[in-house]
Amino acid sequence: MPDAQTEVDKTSEPAQAGRDGGKFERKAQAVSVTAGLRPDVDGGRVPDDLAREAVFRLQNVSVHYGSNPAVKDISMNIHEREITALIGPSGCGKSTLLRTLNRMNDLIPSARVEGEVAYHDQDLYARDIDPVQVRKLIGMVFQKPNPFPKSIYDNIAFGPRVLGMKGDMDEIVESALRRAALWDEVKDRLKENAFGMSGGQQQRLCIARSIAVSPDVILMDEPCSALDPISTGRIEDLMLELKEQYSIVIVTHNMQQAARVSDRTAFLIVDLDADEKNRWGRLVEYDRTEQIFTNPQDKRTEDYVTGKVG
Amino acid sequence: MAVPEHTLTRQWTPRRVGEGAIKVALFAAAALSIATTTGIVIALLRETINFFREVPFSEYAFGDKWTPLSGGDQQSFGVLPLIFSTLYLTAIGLVVAVPLGLGCAIWLAEYASPRARKIVKPTIEVLAGIPTIVFGYFALTFVTPEILQGFFGLEVKTFNALSAGVVLGILVLPTIASLADDALVAVPGSLREGAFGLGATKRQVSLRVVTPAAISGIVAAIVLGASRAVGETVVILVAGGQVASLAVDPAEPHQNMAAFIANTARSDVSSSSAEYLTIFAVGTTLFLITLLLNMISIGFVRRYRQVYE
Amino acid sequence: MSAVQAEAAVARRIVGRRSRGERIRGQMFQAGLLSCVVLALLALALLMIDVIVDGGSKLSWDFLTSFPSRVRPETAGVESAIVGTLYLMGLVAVFIVPVGVATAVYLEEYADRDRWWNRLIELNIQNLAAVPSVVYGILGLAFIVRAPLSLGPVLLAGALTLGLLVLPVVIIVAREAIRAVPPSMREASMALGATQWQTIWKQVLPGALPGVATGVILALSRAIGETAPLIVIGAALFARFNPESVTDSRFTALPLQIFSFISDPSDEFRSLGAAAILVLLGILLIMNSVAIFLRNRYEQKW
Repeated sequence: MPDAQTEVDKTSEPAQAGRDGGKFERKAQAVSVTAGLRPDVDGGRVPDDLAREAVFRLQNVSVHYGSNPAVKDISMNIHEREITALIGPSGCGKSTLLRTLNRMNDLIPSARVEGEVAYHDQDLYARDIDPVQVRKLIGMVFQKPNPFPKSIYDNIAFGPRVLGMKGDMDEIVESALRRAALWDEVKDRLKENAFGMSGGQQQRLCIARSIAVSPDVILMDEPCSALDPISTGRIEDLMLELKEQYSIVIVTHNMQQAARVSDRTAFLIVDLDADEKNRWGRLVEYDRTEQIFTNPQDKRTEDYVTGKVG
Repeated sequence: MAVPEHTLTRQWTPRRVGEGAIKVALFAAAALSIATTTGIVIALLRETINFFREVPFSEYAFGDKWTPLSGGDQQSFGVLPLIFSTLYLTAIGLVVAVPLGLGCAIWLAEYASPRARKIVKPTIEVLAGIPTIVFGYFALTFVTPEILQGFFGLEVKTFNALSAGVVLGILVLPTIASLADDALVAVPGSLREGAFGLGATKRQVSLRVVTPAAISGIVAAIVLGASRAVGETVVILVAGGQVASLAVDPAEPHQNMAAFIANTARSDVSSSSAEYLTIFAVGTTLFLITLLLNMISIGFVRRYRQVYE
Repeated sequence: MSAVQAEAAVARRIVGRRSRGERIRGQMFQAGLLSCVVLALLALALLMIDVIVDGGSKLSWDFLTSFPSRVRPETAGVESAIVGTLYLMGLVAVFIVPVGVATAVYLEEYADRDRWWNRLIELNIQNLAAVPSVVYGILGLAFIVRAPLSLGPVLLAGALTLGLLVLPVVIIVAREAIRAVPPSMREASMALGATQWQTIWKQVLPGALPGVATGVILALSRAIGETAPLIVIGAALFARFNPESVTDSRFTALPLQIFSFISDPSDEFRSLGAAAILVLLGILLIMNSVAIFLRNRYEQKW
């Protein structure tokens, strides 16, 4: 029985249909068999998918708030230009894990991160790493849309301005709004206050705002949970467009959403200690999305995705 | 394989160096408040020590005559009458302010309609915003001649404790009313509902349920009001008189510590004389008394916050 | 009658008995409370009427533009007092806004609540808010008028003393205004890669601005009526000229001038005092109207 966290990766079902007729995939398979074990994958099982470079490598990551654990012992690799979903029941630390990726947990004084979080092979929590620089590259969209009480234009322009980005601000704003599929709706009212927009528009504004600073990764913490189904659908379409340029990690409590948009899915559960005083999140299974939903390896995963447990 | 163009390590740009300097500057501003308190303490203690070189502590603390500005052998530095006059004036003020203030508070919190409350509460707070010199004027030119001597026909001197004390009470009333109202409003509605559900009348609920529940906040309000009354200068300076005595006679003039300090500061005494140094000795006494009252008040506020949070 | 009817009759009787006596007591209680309110409002009314009746007749443009005199009440005016007061308020504002807002920003955004020195600062500010104004006068006398600042009893010394007096008000109000800015604003800004100060300067402070402005006006309203500290630092009760610079000792303020007028035994001067009071109250009215206007117009609803 595999240990709680395994990264099971079957290259026999490639995520994207290779444009070279699958030649690269077959070659990767051949290489992986001869390459032997890779030390960064727990248990030395089937090697990493070579089609996609890992953006984040998490190794035994635990997060504590003071003396209370939030997540324990998470090891997984997040791949670039993919949508990776974190799902699980409430309280399993999905948001905490997400916030570890752009050092937003630093804003909470009692938070402590253990283990290794590597971003493109750089240790994110090394002593000489500046969280501010980290967040320029790894952006975040929050559960409840939080535009600034300024005009639409100034919302988008805020990031580039404070980061000292050079270039024509009008162009930057327009480009960000276009990429967020919002330009046509707001191009005539850029000077209006952002609070006047609908919830779905505000959230797309927040996405555009993150895009404007040219990040590498976009983290999304339940971005659609405060929105109606139509807005949700539009944002999901937007995510699929965005993943061509950005790596996206999304926390969602909506399983169907994970099934719809993500390439890989990580399933976490809530673990309790003996006297039920502490609860924390644990990674159960992490695999390609089709696998998680059609052929999960762990019974707990199967129970969750089939709706047997909440 | 794409290595990001930006680096993740701390960039010592001028902007980031500025951040550190800003934090230091902000801390310095906050530390000014400590400097202020330290300054007050040093300013008071330094000259108080000099004062006690001229006047023995036993005379100050236990003497029963306060006539520092008198000449020759009439001069006496016993502070007890001054403290007594201060407390006397404060007591008269509280006799006015506490019942009226609490009455207003209970009415505002329990009986007033939302519309009435919206009109009355700001009006009472207007009273709080009127400069104290106006109250002094009111006491001297209206309360003493028209009300006390005229309406009530009392035989009071031009400068008397009753007038100053009553006006002091009017001055402090909005403080007590406002804070007590806050305390009463903070009592959860469920408490009232429970009492009404048992068949209690509004009077019983207000008096026997809500007021006791808010008692810490109400006491805090009263103590804070007392503290304000103890430290009030101008009303007493204008209408109370220049005599500090142990006479329990509201028709007589009485002067409190704060008014004494102000009066002495502007008088023509040499700045190294014992008379002048009384400013600091009395100032220290006043500071300690109001500090004590304030700490008591904060203690009560903490208790009532604890109950509801 | 049947047992049920008897029981019902008893119940009705009990209810009826309580109702009568209790109703009277309840009404008396409510009347008592209402009379407290009436007395408080009556006091306010009498005060205003007294001042208006005594001083209204003396208000005139000449009054506002002449200088006071100890001898001739007919020509005495309050121009120097008005000018002095306005100068003082300007200087106080320049002092309390940066220092007060900086302290509030530090306490709300940077200070770690668990550190003892930060809790000491907070407790300290609460205590300073309750120190009598004369004691601030003593502080000003000891350190600002005399060494080390050695300014003498000048305009700047008065302004600094009053500034220290009302600083706790600004700090407390500014803190509340900063606290009202929701954390989601800060998170959004930080997530974009802004630094803490950038977030404060560009998001938090602009959002807190209306509250801070109201607090500053509140503080100035308090400072404008303060008499005791100015007396103690040795300010003149009476000035025949307008002050020429911040280090001019020939200045006075409205409360001091009022005090000087009403200390005079003659009725003429007392009326002038009342008129000066009306001028002071007029300025206060304008200030508070501006505050209410600002609050209604620019209030940020999160």
